[in-house]
Parts: sequence; C-alpha cells; structure tokens
Amino acid sequence: MNFDLSEEQEMLQATVGQFAADQCPPTRRRAIFDGPDGHDTELWQGLLELGLGAIAVPEEYGGAGLELLDLALVAEVLGAGAVPGPFLGHSLAGLAILYAGSDAQKKTWLPKLAAGDLLGTVAFAEGDGRWQPDEWTMNSGATIDGSKAHVPFGEHADLFVVGTRGGGLALCERGARGLSLEPLRGIDRTRRISSLRLSGTPCDVLPGGPAAAGRVRDAALVMLAADAFGGAATLLDLSVEYAKTRQQFGVTIGSFQALKHQLASMAVEVEPARALYWYAAHAFDRIPEESERSAALAKAHLTQVYTQVARDAVEAHGGIGFTWESDVQIYFKRALFDRAFLGTPVVHRERAAVLAGW
Amino acid sequence: MDLSYSAEYEAFRAEVAGFLAGSWPLKGAEAELPSEQKAALFRGRAIEAGYLARSIPKRYGGSQQAPDVLKAQIIREEFFRARAPGDLAGIGPSMLVPTLLEKGAEWQKEKFIGPTMRGEIVWCQGYSEPGSGSDLASLQTRAEIVGNEWVINGQKIWTSGAHVADYMFCLCRTERDAPKHAGISYLLLAMKQPGIEVRPLRQMTGASDFNEVFFSDARTPLDWIVGKRGEGWIVSRTTLKHERNMIGDAATTVTMFQGLVSLAKRSLRDGRPALDDPGIRQRIVQLEGYVRSHQYSGYRQLTKAAKAQDPGRVGLMNKLMSTNLGQEMAKIALDLIGDDGLLEPTERRLGAPRENGQWVGQFLWSLGSAVAGGTANIQRNVIGERGLGLPRDAAAQRS
Repeated sequence: MNFDLSEEQEMLQATVGQFAADQCPPTRRRAIFDGPDGHDTELWQGLLELGLGAIAVPEEYGGAGLELLDLALVAEVLGAGAVPGPFLGHSLAGLAILYAGSDAQKKTWLPKLAAGDLLGTVAFAEGDGRWQPDEWTMNSGATIDGSKAHVPFGEHADLFVVGTRGGGLALCERGARGLSLEPLRGIDRTRRISSLRLSGTPCDVLPGGPAAAGRVRDAALVMLAADAFGGAATLLDLSVEYAKTRQQFGVTIGSFQALKHQLASMAVEVEPARALYWYAAHAFDRIPEESERSAALAKAHLTQVYTQVARDAVEAHGGIGFTWESDVQIYFKRALFDRAFLGTPVVHRERAAVLAGW
Repeated sequence: MDLSYSAEYEAFRAEVAGFLAGSWPLKGAEAELPSEQKAALFRGRAIEAGYLARSIPKRYGGSQQAPDVLKAQIIREEFFRARAPGDLAGIGPSMLVPTLLEKGAEWQKEKFIGPTMRGEIVWCQGYSEPGSGSDLASLQTRAEIVGNEWVINGQKIWTSGAHVADYMFCLCRTERDAPKHAGISYLLLAMKQPGIEVRPLRQMTGASDFNEVFFSDARTPLDWIVGKRGEGWIVSRTTLKHERNMIGDAATTVTMFQGLVSLAKRSLRDGRPALDDPGIRQRIVQLEGYVRSHQYSGYRQLTKAAKAQDPGRVGLMNKLMSTNLGQEMAKIALDLIGDDGLLEPTERRLGAPRENGQWVGQFLWSLGSAVAGGTANIQRNVIGERGLGLPRDAAAQRS
C-alpha cells in the first residue's frame, strides 16, 4: 500500500520547479504574457534540455521512458508556475504517435519530438463544444479537408496530430499544401491557440488511431487536471501570503475571521483534490478498467475547483487582484483554459455518469 | 505508487480473516446471549488475539502491539467486512483512555482503563457550559477542597450520554486567582450521587442524546484528579496517540455516497429513475469529485503515516470534509425523496439499506456533526491558523 510519490518523482518535481523559479520569474512570464506570440523559444529549449520533450515516451524513441503520472507531475509544476509554452500540445502529439503510430512512424517522429527538433501539437476541436473522438467528422485518406479550432501553439507547430472521423488520427506537416492557420484571441496568453484549415492537404494516417484516440484524450484530461491543481495551489499560497502582509485597521487582514474562513475554504477545496489527479494518473498507468472514468472525473473536478479558487483569489486580493498587472489574472485565465479545453466539466461529468453505467 | 498490500500484510490479512471466521458471529449457546454481552465476549477474545486495544499496555487490559497503521487499517477493513465489533468508539475509549495513559496516576490507569476498553463502564465528558462553548477556558464550574474531598458546584451542558454514564471526566475551576487557562483542573467523578442532577435535552431530531448536568455539592475523592491542580487545560489537550484512523471517515462517506446513488436509481421522476435526470446526474457526479478526493486523500495520509511522515495540513481538513459531504449528500437526498421529506425521520436499522425516512434523519444529523466537537467555523479557524499560518483574531489574542 503506497499512495505517494517516489523519491525520483519528488526530485523530478523539485528540478522542474527550480527551473521554473530561475528561468521563468514573474517578470519574464509577464513579458511573454504581454508579448505578441506567447512563445519564448529559449525557455522552451530549457525545458527540452531537462528532458521534458517526451516524458512518457520509451527511451528507444528518445523519450524519458516514464509514465503518465510523471508527465502529470511535471504538468502540475508548470501549472503552479503558470509557465507559458507548448508543453501540453507537444506532449500529447508524442503520446498520439506512440499509442497509434506504426513502427516506422514512431521511429520517424518520436526522436525528433523528444529532442525538440520539431514542435508538435494536437488539433481536436471542431467547434460548438465538439472535442471528443466520437464527435470528429473530418475524412482522411491520402489527403484531408476541413477545419479545426483551438489548436495550441498552431502558429509555431511543425507537426499536427489531427483528429478524424471515427476517432482516427492523422499527421500533417507545417508548410504542407492547403494547410493554413489563423491565430485566435485566446483568453490564456500563456497557451496561445489558432484555428487550422486543411484543404486537400497531404496527411499520414496513424493506423492505431481509432483504438488509441480515447487514450490520448484521457492523458490530456489528466494533464489538464494536474495543471489545474498546480495553479489552484499557487493561488491559495498567493492569497494567504497577501492576507499575512496587507494591513488594515492596524492589523494584518488575515486575522479577520471572514477572510480566514474564505482562505480555509479554498484550502479545503484544493488540498484533497491533489489525490484525485494522482489517482487518475495512476489508474491511467496501472488500473485500465478505471482509467477513462477517473480521467473524466479528475478533469471535471479540478478545473471546476481551479475556476472557483481563481475567483476567490481575486476577492481575497481586493482591487489589486482585479488589475491587469496582478499575477492573479494570469492564473485566472489558465483556469479558464483548463476548464474549457477538451470539454467543460459538465461534459465530463455526463461522460463519468455514462461510464459508471448510470 | 502501488495500491496493493505486500505479501507480509496480505498474510496478516488472511490471519485476521481466519480469526474472524472462527470467532464471529458467536456460536452455540453464546449466540443466544444479549447483544452487548456477545460484543464484550468477542472483544475480550479479539484483544487476546492482538487485534483490538492495540495501543494499550497489557497490564491495563490492552493487547500492547507495536504501532502499525497498515495492520490497524487491515483490521478495520476485515472487521467491517465481517460486521464484527471493533474497538469501542465512545468518548471513554477515544478521549479519556489516551489521556490517562499519558497523564494519569498508576492507580487510575489500573482502575479505569481495562473496564473502559471492555465497555463495562461508560464515561461522559464535562467540558461545555452555558457561557463557555468555543471559549471553553472561560468555564465557571467550581471545585473546592473540603476535608479530603473535592466539592463541585456549577453546570455543564451538551453532555452526551450523561444519562447513561457511570463516570464523568470534568474540567473545573479550582484556582480562583489564577489566569483563566491556569485555574482549571481535570477531575474524575461518579455520576450516580445525590449532588448531581441530569436533565435530558431534546434534539431537533426528536431523540435525546445529550443533557444538562447540574452540580450541587457533588463530591469526588481528593486523588481523583488527573495531572496537578491548575494543569487541567493542558491535560485536556493531550493529543491522541492512537493509531489514527485516517481512512475511517472517508469509508463512511464512500458508503453513504453509494447509498445516495442507489436512492437516485430507485427514486422516480416522471416514471423514470431520477438518475436519468440530467440535473441530478450532474449534482451526483460533481459530489463524487469531492467524495473520491476525500477517499484518495485518505490513501495518501495512510501512506504518510505508515512512513511516519507528516501528511501536512490536509490532516486538519478531514473532519470538515466529512461534515460538508454529509450535508451535501443529505441535500441531494432530500430532493430525491420528494414528498417523504414531509415525514419524521425513521431510525437507522444496521445493515439494512437506507430508507427514505433515514435520509430525513441524515439531513438533520449532518447538521449535528457540523456543530459537535467544534463547529465547522472553529474547524475553519484551525485550518486557517494552524494549517495556513494566519494570525489569530485580535480579540481572541487578548483573552
């Protein structure tokens, strides 16, 4: 009976956390947030050098050979630091090729993704809340036609994993015929999104797509839940810190019971939820029969918690919390991304109900 | 991570299950005994076998086992599965016994611990007073030495079980001129005596579990004091050094959640199961997010405890989580049972599925748990101050 992290996993989190603190302090994060394209290639290069390009990809393909739990632990730390960049889409592209690709496709693409020679991303959304594999409508053969919305860092990506009819997956390359991108005014400026148009674009179908797309989606849900936990935990810390320093009526405001209770309630929302995303990641790795439902439950719960804690954090900070210059708003907007990307909590609660046989 | 138990622990589990298969339920003539006698008989054997009263030395009637939270957890799971009586959960075994073990005189340990653990004597706790609730240290019940006895005058309130208790452990003001926390002593006294009057208080559920207790020259021997004069406050704060039951609460919550899902399946909306209703489905799965967080957080705390590591501030949150979830489940249940919410609550029958009337009871009782043993607001103070390191309220700091 051991439901805790290994020393290696604690070390992994500490290493990434130290990197984020050193290389992505609030000033640099702010510059990227306010900047034109939200992608700092130097920062991304640093993460790749830590071996974060393909954490859950086997070593024979250049990856770190770890599991989804490890990937999620890194997502938590990057969420805690609100670190801008393409970690989510890039990681998912690698998993999609690993789970659904032929040997040749894996050998071609995974080492390049692991090394960061190429930037990968995923194109799943078709608008009107259609994100899930069974909702995809694009036909694929030698070429592919159609549109995808909300593609993370599409403007910078070299390789797109596109969701197709029947839960299929197909690869398209940057610069291919008929492939065009349109940046969207996304709410989360640390994770920019674009819409993707494909018109007679050559593609390479991943043969295992229909069997593996749900698994890629579940991995994504766990990563979003982990990011949400990290962000919510930081917002709690920021709010507590502010309550300990800000003075009114000659005392620190954290001594007022109304605020103390609000912060305690935030803590009760956040702290136990860590175990929910851990469990979902563990189930993904080791308990196949619980994997899909645990991922749906974790994504629904943690992104809901993150969104509410973000609102509470603004309140706890008062006027300064509502300003553009406050770091709280950066987290607030990451919460909105985590909540909506790949389907809202309502969608995943309904999926969890169906998966329970209800 | 690995949620399975190692071979050593699985062997221990088999040993416990084997013991239970042979000893519970009781057989032959013993099966005809009254249920309390059956439980006492069984508990004696389970202590003998080393499964109950594990943290209590043998000379005081315990089984004196090395602390092992995983074994304790396995025992709880197997006893729960076999519906066998576990360690007594009353205020005597859970609060007085650890306090005596830590601070009691040798004769007190010998006289009281064994009978308390076997359920032969029952205790009540004399803490709260009409004017002293959250601010307990302001209590006014006095005890003075007259001859070779303490003579006690005053009043306690919310005293659970005072109407059935044999003894009370009681906080009394003994040092008139000392500062408020330093003027209190921790006394033991017999309940069946002329100077004590117990008046039951009726709860909103209709039942009477707690009481007012009035002292008019009630008496207790001079040496029935735990710790020294004026140390009662510190004695009453003695931490529980039991193998702490981290998952226990969550297991209750999970069982109740399963009951709620069953209720949603058998309750009808327009002739269809209420669980088909999108609104109900959303509420139940939303709640499940909290229930599973609580459950898995228990796994993590259990792991930490097994490694003798501090689980951190999440350990302060278990009671509030259980309380919140008990209330939320009751609210959903009340919507599911519809017209049956017009009827009085019905008694819970152990082992039987929860009926609609018992969910009405849960709606009332869950509020009791938000008030008992420190209100939910006090829990938030504790989380804020001890867990988050926020400063105490200025007014509370002055007193």
